[in-house]
Amino acid sequence: MSDPRYEVYEAGLIGEGMHEPPVLPAGLRRSPSGVDGLRTEHLVVNMGPQHPSTHGVLRMLVEVDGEEVVNAEASIGYLHRGIEKLAEHRRYDALGTLMDRGDYVSGIMGELAAALAVEQLLEVEVPRKAHWLRSLTSELNRIASHLVWYGTFGLDTGAMGQFLYAMRDREAILDILEAISGQRMMFNYVRPGGVVRDLPPGIDAKIRAFVDGFENVYLPEHDALLGGNEIFQSRVKGIGVITREQALAFGLTGPNLRASGVRYDVRANRPYAAYPELEFEVPVGETGDAWDRYLVRMEEMRQAARLIRQLIDGMPEGPHAAKVPKVLRPPAGEVYAAVESSRGETGVHLVSDGSEHPYRFHYRAPSLFALQALEEIVPGHLIADVVMIIGSTDVMMGEIDR
Amino acid sequence: MSPLAVSVLKVLACLGLMLANGVVMIWMLRKVLGHLHLRYGPLEMGPSGILQTTMDVLKLLTKEDVMPGAADKALFWLAPLAVFVPSLAAYAALPFSSTLRATSLDTGLLYTFAALSFVPLGILMAGWASGNKWSLLGGMRAAGQQIAYEVPLLLSVLPIVMLTGTTDLGRLVEAQSGVWAGFLPRWFIFDPLLWPTFLVFVVAALIESNQTPFDMSEAESELVAGFATEYSAMKFGLLFLSEFSNHFIISALAVTLFFGGWLLPWVPEGVSASLAPVTFILKTYVGIFVMMWIRGTFPRVRIDTLMELGWKRLIPISLALVVVMGIVIKAMPALARVVG
Repeated sequence: MSDPRYEVYEAGLIGEGMHEPPVLPAGLRRSPSGVDGLRTEHLVVNMGPQHPSTHGVLRMLVEVDGEEVVNAEASIGYLHRGIEKLAEHRRYDALGTLMDRGDYVSGIMGELAAALAVEQLLEVEVPRKAHWLRSLTSELNRIASHLVWYGTFGLDTGAMGQFLYAMRDREAILDILEAISGQRMMFNYVRPGGVVRDLPPGIDAKIRAFVDGFENVYLPEHDALLGGNEIFQSRVKGIGVITREQALAFGLTGPNLRASGVRYDVRANRPYAAYPELEFEVPVGETGDAWDRYLVRMEEMRQAARLIRQLIDGMPEGPHAAKVPKVLRPPAGEVYAAVESSRGETGVHLVSDGSEHPYRFHYRAPSLFALQALEEIVPGHLIADVVMIIGSTDVMMGEIDR
Repeated sequence: MSPLAVSVLKVLACLGLMLANGVVMIWMLRKVLGHLHLRYGPLEMGPSGILQTTMDVLKLLTKEDVMPGAADKALFWLAPLAVFVPSLAAYAALPFSSTLRATSLDTGLLYTFAALSFVPLGILMAGWASGNKWSLLGGMRAAGQQIAYEVPLLLSVLPIVMLTGTTDLGRLVEAQSGVWAGFLPRWFIFDPLLWPTFLVFVVAALIESNQTPFDMSEAESELVAGFATEYSAMKFGLLFLSEFSNHFIISALAVTLFFGGWLLPWVPEGVSASLAPVTFILKTYVGIFVMMWIRGTFPRVRIDTLMELGWKRLIPISLALVVVMGIVIKAMPALARVVG
């Protein structure tokens, strides 16, 4: 730690007055055993990047007093692939491919953000059916992504069964998305102008069967298995509270923001794709603790199932993509397009200089904002809570490091 | 045979049982957890993967034994033994039948608990000696946890001791022979006076078994692998084996104390006696299955919740149960005799 506060602290420990408790800087608490002259030290543990519950390659430098965290510092960059720079050397229709590899468990939504930005630059009119297909795949993907969160959140608490139950349902979604797009995770399905292909025949029956089972059997089962467990509730209630003010100050979006009581959802506030035509609710929490974040995401899965039902029932006829040139050369300009991904507002800021490559491509990753909030809310909790808080915010290193 | 040779044979028999139990339980755990998790568990080695554990033992034996540079070398070597030996010693008093046991101790119950209570010491040693912060945290948790559950665990069986007047595990089982009302075995689990005792015992025993929801010192999602983080090869194997062996002992204690030990109800005495060891081991494995079931289902509690549970709930409850049992025995001896 290069923080001068700690140098003062350590100097106090090592210096002459070793048996006298050193004067602590404001904000640091002394452990009870430290008061009567017994020397105690803070321990800096390196949590990650190789740690079972840092959800990929997050590295947290955690300073603990016993098991209580006094300071936490997140360190990122272990999954950096230079997506933003790579994009400057790709053509506009390849941006979706890169976005897939950002937030890799909700790829469709990333692709959609890139496609929306390119379409804004090109000023193309997207056919109605393409809008609906985009929303349909987005919502399927949202459930798949939330199931990953649900499963890994349970794993963080040590419960393993429900993780595999969640994977079973996710597998069903991935099968459907594979039938639609040809790929399980790196879909590359949403392209500027529309989507790659129409729904394959017979898929709507498959989706309906999945939604029926998911809404009526599996989702209540998941909710009862984890959320209905008293041990789990005791682990998440009152843990990692992000107040409304903090959430807004940190620029949180998505379920993390809504759990703190702010009703902001890009689908509702700045609608895109087919969302203006659909009915859904935006669930919000009250206190902003890990339990609220759990409840909000579970409700979002319910709403997503409801949306999928509407989308399948009202799927319009017509072309699935607008005619766009093979090589896209949008006029010079600057746009920002955002979608509500499963982690929050995933935005794409695109600057075009009129050539076939973007001049600048910026990817707004909602997890990055959640990660910044983590450093603020983690101190004061136990190590066991740290993994719960990381799990509850559903940070995705793929999009943080890009 | 000389008494020494007999003793050596008995120790070897216990060791054999412990190793065999390890092999069976690891395979069982994989299968049980697999099926709980919508998987199949091992399938490749032998029918239903039954040889998988054997192969794993071979793998562990041939793996490089890594010792971290920062480790306290002597303690690092000693710790797996400090976990293994008490675990082996705990087999001595287990009554597999009225005659089949390594040694017949008047204080068998206390002895077994005493042997088991050495295990956290070994875990603390492992955690300290590894020179790893995660291991240290795991070891410290084991030390803190031990006091919180050993006391209620021991207190929780006191009512049974008061009722039967013995701590000899064999005589505790014999006290459960016979039937109530013509059909209900006189096992302590069917005695309403002892139901609260059983609940406290189950919780404390689950904590003792050191697995989810109480696997504080290992807690893979929090402490990487806790005290076992730096261990590899057969040293890790020994730690692992002792853990499984402890599950066996805890389950065997539960069977002895509450489920009639080797007794088989509703069959002639001769049949029950000749099947005694089989009955005992089968009952024990049912107990182990339930423990695995719990392990596959529940999330982990937090360390401070666990401490609170031990100190603020289990200890007062088990003390109260001792008092209640004392009153029942003194004030209503007829009731105590009828049900106990």
